[in-house]
Amino acid sequence: MSHILLRHRDIPEIKNIDVFRKNGGFESLKKAVSSMQPQQVVDEVKASGLRGRGGAGFPTGVKWSFLPNNIWPHYVVCNADESEPGTFKDREIMENNPFQFLEGVAIACFAVGANEGYVYLRGEFQQVQLFLDQCILEMEKAGMLGDNLFGTNYSLRLKTHLGAGAYICGEETALLESIEGKRGQPRVRPPFPAVVGLYGKPTVINNVETLTNLPAIIEKGAGWYKGFGTEKSAGVKIFSLSGNVNKPGNYELPLGTTFRELIFTHGGGIPDGRKVRAIMPAGASSSIIRVDDSCFDKVMDTKLDYESVQSVGSLLGSASVIIIDDSHSMDWVINKTVHFFKHESCGKCTPCRDGNYWMLHIVERIHNGHGTDSDLQLLKNVANQVNGKCLCALGDFSTMAITSALERFPEDFTVGTLPAQDTEKVKA
Amino acid sequence: MSLAEKYPEEVKAIFVKYPVKRSAVMPLLYLAQREGGFITKEGMAEIATMLDLDVTEVASIVGFYTLYHDEKAGKYRMQVCNDLPCALRGADKFLDALCKNIGIKVGETTADGLVTVEAVMCLAACDKAPMFQLQAGDKVTYYENMTVDRSMELIEALKIGGKELK
Repeated sequence: MSHILLRHRDIPEIKNIDVFRKNGGFESLKKAVSSMQPQQVVDEVKASGLRGRGGAGFPTGVKWSFLPNNIWPHYVVCNADESEPGTFKDREIMENNPFQFLEGVAIACFAVGANEGYVYLRGEFQQVQLFLDQCILEMEKAGMLGDNLFGTNYSLRLKTHLGAGAYICGEETALLESIEGKRGQPRVRPPFPAVVGLYGKPTVINNVETLTNLPAIIEKGAGWYKGFGTEKSAGVKIFSLSGNVNKPGNYELPLGTTFRELIFTHGGGIPDGRKVRAIMPAGASSSIIRVDDSCFDKVMDTKLDYESVQSVGSLLGSASVIIIDDSHSMDWVINKTVHFFKHESCGKCTPCRDGNYWMLHIVERIHNGHGTDSDLQLLKNVANQVNGKCLCALGDFSTMAITSALERFPEDFTVGTLPAQDTEKVKA
Repeated sequence: MSLAEKYPEEVKAIFVKYPVKRSAVMPLLYLAQREGGFITKEGMAEIATMLDLDVTEVASIVGFYTLYHDEKAGKYRMQVCNDLPCALRGADKFLDALCKNIGIKVGETTADGLVTVEAVMCLAACDKAPMFQLQAGDKVTYYENMTVDRSMELIEALKIGGKELK
């Protein structure tokens, strides 16, 4: 099957604007702007079943329809903050298939009546920003952005904004704060960005991969797109496969592909004859799926779609699938994840800021072999005081790996039974 | 020299770009960091004046985002990701070996002031670990699928010509 999103794998020079145009580039934007009403574009995307690829899986067309038609201007902001440990798909799209992505941004702008669109990139993507700025200039020169597009009265400008290193800016209201020149800390909702967003105006925020789907949906129609994937999870998804696999990388596959196909057919299996011990299907924010002989087939036959992954106790999220083999202990894994979340907590709300500080202390103590039995209960209690009690999802995310590891891998947390030295040996 | 004097075209372009002045703070901070690799108190004060902000507000933004620095370090910050996915592919061992080879600890700078080694959070390159980014001023370059040998070659090249290998 040829790629819908990672088209550079079929057409290597597609990042060249002429090559892109020769392969049907910008035809969907032209079709939308010159022959469709914005509402028709929204309806088509709704009918396609496209859901947000940044992790939440919210239906894209429905999200667009929340913008009120009596408050203007409207903004479209693309979330290119890609920072979840395990996620590396958006960078590949932007670096290799930039015009299809930008065409998608433009189509979204037209659909919601925005004359200005922003692409918010994480600060580490500084080189990507330079490249996208160049691509935007080329689109302006080619008449694909600017005033009176395709002879209509619709005008559109795109801009990039560079963050400066903060995971939290992937949270949509923190991202807006950052564009507005503030510390990236989440806002209290309601009001939601659809009503009070960027500069206080109605704003749609979509992920890079989500937007890159749009040109094909407009070109070939909702019915065609729904032909991929499952009934509730339509279309294709880029799975970022990392960790202990032979062939890590991005794989564009229909939603509903099984773990087995992703890990063994595409990912080439586990190196060094080891076994899969755990899977984190949504990056560091996931509940950890336990894999052992008793449930191996059940997990491997589970479909990677928004609904099915829940049946094995986790979430699909942004489909950043981290594979952990049987040489690793879960106290080490959660030490890594809690270290990340403690560092990235924005500090705005107390449960997350203080909770992560304490969870890190306790987890480090356990990991270093100095934990006590009461530490396990304490860790559960703190996680419970964080989960569901914060302004944004970061707090919840920080507890997922911890609570699932304690519950599903109790043998890795036999604190107090081994002297510190031996615990270290077990890990090595 | 002030930012506006030093980079007149770029400052102008930044102000034209946004409908609200305050949005210029992040790109201006990058400009202020370009030459010395960190932002001085004077630099923050100047940006605060340009944007009608309190200098404390600007300083809080510098403190919030990890790619802004308010203290001098090596000319190049070698920022190694050792988050979970990278660590599963040997990033911790890579970082240890790299530090041993250079002869410094994480967070330290070489005696010639060229390189500071830092451990950082996920850089969205999990399939290409071990990897790091090289931050110099306001520029960030990725180095992926790295070995200690290749990293040492890079450092040698930086020493000689200030040129970055690719």
